[in-house]
Amino acid sequence: MIALLIRDLRLAVRAGGGFGLGLAFFLLVAVIVPLGVGPEPATLAKISPGILWVGALLSCLLSLDRIFALDFEDGSLDLLATSPMPLEGVVTVKALAHWLVTGLPLVLVAPVLGLLLNLPGAGYAWLLASLALGTPALSVIGAFGAALTVGLKRGGLLMSLLVLPLYLPTLIFGAEVVRRGAQGLAVGTPLALLAGITAGSLALLPFAAAAAIRVNLR
Amino acid sequence: MSIWEYANPKRFMQTSGVLLPWVTAAALVCLIAGLIWGFFLTPDADKFGSTVKIIYLHVPAAMMAISAWMMMLVASLIWIIRRHHVSALSAKAAAPVGLTFTLIGLVTGAIWGEPMWGTWWAWDPRLTSFLILALFYLGYIALWQAVEDPDTAADLTSVLCIVGSVFAFLSRYAVLFWNQGLHQGASLSVDQAEHVADVYSNPLYVCIAGFILLFVSLVLLRTRTEIRARRMQALLARERLA
Repeated sequence: MIALLIRDLRLAVRAGGGFGLGLAFFLLVAVIVPLGVGPEPATLAKISPGILWVGALLSCLLSLDRIFALDFEDGSLDLLATSPMPLEGVVTVKALAHWLVTGLPLVLVAPVLGLLLNLPGAGYAWLLASLALGTPALSVIGAFGAALTVGLKRGGLLMSLLVLPLYLPTLIFGAEVVRRGAQGLAVGTPLALLAGITAGSLALLPFAAAAAIRVNLR
Repeated sequence: MSIWEYANPKRFMQTSGVLLPWVTAAALVCLIAGLIWGFFLTPDADKFGSTVKIIYLHVPAAMMAISAWMMMLVASLIWIIRRHHVSALSAKAAAPVGLTFTLIGLVTGAIWGEPMWGTWWAWDPRLTSFLILALFYLGYIALWQAVEDPDTAADLTSVLCIVGSVFAFLSRYAVLFWNQGLHQGASLSVDQAEHVADVYSNPLYVCIAGFILLFVSLVLLRTRTEIRARRMQALLARERLA
């Protein structure tokens, strides 16, 4: 499993260029929004939690089809499926690799972008906490969507249609944590729900994704 | 005699062909009677005026929007476990019907919400979860159309249906989970304090029965169409081989 993780990380960093793409997209979202809505600090402070979460979600979505598509094309997914490791484990490792390459950098960069968007000072800790808790769910849910559409020729658009509704609860509670944190309110409830979504999807969705891959490899 | 006999498409076609006209007629009778009774023969409510009467479309459509997904969930599970093609096709047939009921629920809700809440739309938990449900129906239908091999499509959509049923349950119970929304609680309930008055609920029961029968009739009709389409493909494939 560790070998697979290292292989995926190497592939992501050295080949394909998907590594920086998500981050660059996240940066772009944070830049175009102030240009679009106007640079008044009060407005930006109000909408920045939502923008940061939407940006994180979209840049996650952007790199999802890389989780399985390349391995499906060159046949290494078949090898992984016939290896002694259970396919559920493969899915989990691949989702973990996706999170390390996409989710974790987003978490680390988000405070800087929060600065650009004039996020109130109390919100930074909660921005980090909510993204760190929520982005693993984005990766696992995305792995499920990618597994469903891996055999399709033009699966990218369809995958967005399937994955985005599944992302909405994570987005709602994640942005709620930052919004409440920025205003100095109690964040316990949305933070607990966000952690619940992550734990639940980590526990259940690898099975659904593995079932979808088995169907697609048949 | 067991229900699995209807997994045979021939038996299914025979029985559903006999049932279909009766179910359709019963649905029409219930809907026409319930809607006329509800729209014209009930008094205006003191707080709501005559706007309350859209309840006779809104509540049954919303109930059936969720029940349709539940029916698709059961059909998908039967397909995954026992691999009966009729079951998979009935799930496929139910999806557009369920989407239509979801949209009816959303649109009538907006029309009702405008005079009552002063807004067409609010980001209230129940409305939001219903919108997500509509998106799920769209994704489900799109996935059926995108996958070429019918068995693969049936498998993938079944997995999607099982995952999506989390949201169907969520929309069912959203009113109970979050009570800060604009949407009121259950209209029909064993709890008398919540229950609407009998003069309104009796036609509502007739309308709900009408919507259920309408759903059954549409799903039967569409499943029969799907089976016939499948047969035609088999015939064409045989022609090509000959």
